[in-house]
Amino acid sequence: MDVSRIFVHGLGAVSPAGWGVASLSEVLRKQESIPVSALERPGWEKPLQVRSVPPPSQRPAFLAHPRLRRSSVITQHTVAAALEAFGDDAVKFQRGEQRLGILVCLMSGCVAYSRRFYEEVMHDPAAASPLIFPETVFNAPGSHLAAYLNSPGISYTLVGDDSAFLQGLAVGAGWLLNGEVDGCVILGAEELDWLVADAMRLFVRSQIQAGGAGAVYLRREKSASGVELAAITDAFRFSSSESRSLAAQAIRAQLPPATGRDLLSLGTQGLPSSDADELEAWHDWKSSRVAPKQFLGAAFTASAAWQCVAACDRLTRGDFEAANVSVVGVNQQAIGARFLKQS
Amino acid sequence: MLFPFPNSPSKPRRVVITGAGIVTALGSGWRVNADGFREGRQAFRPVTLFDVSRQRVKIAAEVDLPAELPPTKLSTRRVARLDRATKMLLLAAHEAWSQSGWQADANIPLVLGTTGGAMSLGENYLTHAIRSPQSQRLQATRVVNYQPQRQALDVCDAFGFSGPITTIANACASGANAIGHAWELVRHGRATRVLTGGHDSLCQLIFAGFDSLQALSPSPCRPFDAQRTGLTLGEGAAILTLETLEHAQQRGAIILGEIIGYAAATDIHHLTQPHPEGNAAFATMTGACKIAGITPNQVDYVNAHGTATPHNDSTEAVAINRWAGTRVATLPVSSTKACVGHTLGAAGAVEAVVSLMTLREQWLPPEPGLVVLDPACGFPIVRERTDACVRVVVSNSFGFGGANATIVMRRWM
Repeated sequence: MDVSRIFVHGLGAVSPAGWGVASLSEVLRKQESIPVSALERPGWEKPLQVRSVPPPSQRPAFLAHPRLRRSSVITQHTVAAALEAFGDDAVKFQRGEQRLGILVCLMSGCVAYSRRFYEEVMHDPAAASPLIFPETVFNAPGSHLAAYLNSPGISYTLVGDDSAFLQGLAVGAGWLLNGEVDGCVILGAEELDWLVADAMRLFVRSQIQAGGAGAVYLRREKSASGVELAAITDAFRFSSSESRSLAAQAIRAQLPPATGRDLLSLGTQGLPSSDADELEAWHDWKSSRVAPKQFLGAAFTASAAWQCVAACDRLTRGDFEAANVSVVGVNQQAIGARFLKQS
Repeated sequence: MLFPFPNSPSKPRRVVITGAGIVTALGSGWRVNADGFREGRQAFRPVTLFDVSRQRVKIAAEVDLPAELPPTKLSTRRVARLDRATKMLLLAAHEAWSQSGWQADANIPLVLGTTGGAMSLGENYLTHAIRSPQSQRLQATRVVNYQPQRQALDVCDAFGFSGPITTIANACASGANAIGHAWELVRHGRATRVLTGGHDSLCQLIFAGFDSLQALSPSPCRPFDAQRTGLTLGEGAAILTLETLEHAQQRGAIILGEIIGYAAATDIHHLTQPHPEGNAAFATMTGACKIAGITPNQVDYVNAHGTATPHNDSTEAVAINRWAGTRVATLPVSSTKACVGHTLGAAGAVEAVVSLMTLREQWLPPEPGLVVLDPACGFPIVRERTDACVRVVVSNSFGFGGANATIVMRRWM
């Protein structure tokens, strides 16, 4: 019996493909890009091109919770993705039968309310809304999720580029192996706002910004069936003195080569300028590939979460025996992960 | 590899502090801060960093940055682009790094806490984007340098080390969570040493935010005073170098103190208000002391979160009363926010360094300005310069979203 193994117990996603992992998987299976939509950019005649999350088919029941009625979009996506990942286990946490760890990973955070609040400050700081300000803090989504689940346990909000999500997986695995929690959900969540889309255009002109959330629910298991978190590489940072290309190659070097029934989940988005480092690192990968950003748009930590969700979903379905996930962040570091199908 | 982890040691490793750096409105560096906290010196003044003419409150604890940063490996051009939060972070990191005697290495994890990163650059970005929508001048620089990961990269590049960067943004508990997480990495054998701490600078968005909540006091804050009127914001940075006891002893390092306990919990009562019974605070104090293997009777001082808002202090008082039990009547407590204000994401780290000062120099930091003690406090507040035998200190940090954290530190003899 090996109790030091970490298994994926659930997946969740809210993306431009829709609410749920099934929607995400369907888009990736068909390899059909989500149509872009227009997002007004104040001061410009031409709107920004983005991929936004469609409205849910029905109003989520969790919005009746007092903490969530007026919550931000990012919180709603975070909670929806987490609840999908938990499935029936949500009740165990709500009843206090098990201890839950929450890790929410963000890059741009609660940007819509932050922008709105600061616009009010610019107009008249004495009249800025006290209702909005608390929702601007990075850990608001994690706090609301904990409140909804009645979970008083440990909760961290990690801030970084796309790679923060894989760091979150490592932190969560640590909590599980330390025995601090019985289950741990790791979420990547990003909010679509003109401010973010505007900012990213400064670096990658054709980038299609997106929003949403992805969730991976981990547990420490004795049994050896299901999808196992097998490895997370070192974090290879890049900056003015260390190249992004070398960081991408370094994670490739730490992950096993394809054995025939392996999947590679890439962070490329179909834009040569931003994809080159990652494509070069994986140029000789001979097995299957999937690249969620290409069809869903770019959403930093949420994109990294979708990469993991897509990979684990295909393993769960038995399409592959193993999956490598390559996350080369936008401005911080590159990290890779490997998941294995255990039967 | 970040995972799987190296084989865990058969028993948790002891984690010691070999370097500490601090920047607050009292000044830059251990000595000036230790002298200031020991005397209970207040560092509040009218805000000069942004326009507060339309705000209800007009004071804060601003840091006077030195004209030049200490020499690092950053280029002159890069230094010229640093914002105020990053400068404070580098000053604190330089002090800690120099004191520790560490050499650059390829695997030194960096764990930082912050609430806003370089938020003032983000404010500049938005202002420019709205007021000059056709101009992109300097916007890319603002975007890059605003983000918390950039400030972390600046620290790595300044001292030439590499390793995984983790930034925890758990509101006002961020600094304590960062130190606690770093402590766990070393304790469980996942790292031999970690650079950790917290930083935040004053900015208009956060100042206006707390003012909109009417959480700011128009006069210097008075934690645990029955007539307290709210918090006073501050800014700063504090950094610790943590390493295994074995590693520190092998290299003959001067050991400043030991971290022996840490716990984190979430108060699910409300986004900005703690549960009246202080359940999460009680849980973290109890949990951290249990891990440390100590009882409240063995604690010599509590550095309280003590923001001076009516809700926080009454709740924390209830939690301390519950946790301390019979020890409470004689347990010295104070909030050093009475001197340097609430430094937000830096607060947990600043207060960890202050706690370390009390252990190293054997005094307790008094609270200036306290007039009438809140009757909810079953404990004495340190009110004047006090020399004391300090062996174990508990430091509390609580934040928006119900982020709660407690660190327990022990004197190294």
